[in-house]
Amino acid sequence: MGAAVETVDRTAFVEWLERVGDSALILGHRVSEWCGHSPVLEEDIALANQALDLIGQCSLWLEYAAEVEGKGQTADHLAYRRDASAFRNPLLLERPNGDFGHTLMRQFLFDAFHIKLLRALKDSADVRVAEIAAKAEKEVAYHLERSADLVVRLGDGTATSHARMAAALKALWPYTGELFADDAVDRAMAEAGIAPLPSSLRAAWEATVKLVLAEATLAMPGEVWQHGVGRTGGGKQGVHSEHLGYILAEMQFLQRAYPDATW
Amino acid sequence: MPKKPPRARPSPPNDPAGLRARPITFQLWEKLMSSEWPLWEVFIRGQHGLNHRHVGSLHAPDAEMAIRNARDVYTRRSEGVSIWVVKSNDVTASSPSDKGPLFDPSNSKVYRHPTFFDIPEEVGHM
Repeated sequence: MGAAVETVDRTAFVEWLERVGDSALILGHRVSEWCGHSPVLEEDIALANQALDLIGQCSLWLEYAAEVEGKGQTADHLAYRRDASAFRNPLLLERPNGDFGHTLMRQFLFDAFHIKLLRALKDSADVRVAEIAAKAEKEVAYHLERSADLVVRLGDGTATSHARMAAALKALWPYTGELFADDAVDRAMAEAGIAPLPSSLRAAWEATVKLVLAEATLAMPGEVWQHGVGRTGGGKQGVHSEHLGYILAEMQFLQRAYPDATW
Repeated sequence: MPKKPPRARPSPPNDPAGLRARPITFQLWEKLMSSEWPLWEVFIRGQHGLNHRHVGSLHAPDAEMAIRNARDVYTRRSEGVSIWVVKSNDVTASSPSDKGPLFDPSNSKVYRHPTFFDIPEEVGHM
């Protein structure tokens, strides 16, 4: 186990690990929904690869969460046996796939955040966290390269593709604020040197997003009302939209219907 | 009376191309691909020091995306350290009807094969 785990509040640490792990799991599941439905074969394979990258990262994070928790659970238990209110992913990642533009914009907005988070986590006081981040960072660097490139191509593409990307940006922007909202768990992790404060990643994220959107001829939306940052919290506190329930119904069906089924 | 042709299904308003409404059949996919994206031949080098080998082809709008698609389609199991792509149209191929003049004459020239040398034991397998 990592070095920091002995000194930090375990409940907060588990909660934080679930946030990172659930983010990868829910986005990975969403992306996997395109498998067999993408507009072109090459895109289909690329998206499936990316979904698998994320599910792989999720299993590392959740496995560690289960270990720190110390109640004899596994990553599979956490993924398949928790109800919606126990999931800790931000609301952005459970947004429906919509059209290809929505899927890509969601991916880009998160990738730009994800890469900054993982790069900071490589210096984590917790060795295990740093190791997982180092592995995930290489995969996510490619995710960002791909999603940023496609956002530029479609934003600066035809009138139709531009309109779709602009609509996606407008629809998803109100879910970006939650990524940078600090709470008690985040502060405990920052204090222990395990993770950066989410708010500290904002400036770098904005710089990346601004650059890519400018190249994509899309206007930065600026200040708008944000979901999940108010008093009741958002996905990071387990307060989810109805979409997560549908994801879990599909994702967890097998383990719910046939507990401990293996093949 | 001639039969009325079947009416085309209208596209939903936010989907002018009608792509999402239609299932992607093989025919549709072929049509989309041949009308929009050129075909690229993909070459992968497996290890340093080996040659690039032809592994297949794919569709992409330009060279940069062809490389990216090749990475996703052909190097998923870490097959490569380097990728080349070239537009299939840019490949000049020998014509099948020239097969006789091109290749048959070498059949009778056994001296071109290095089979008349004794290879010393120490050299081992060549």
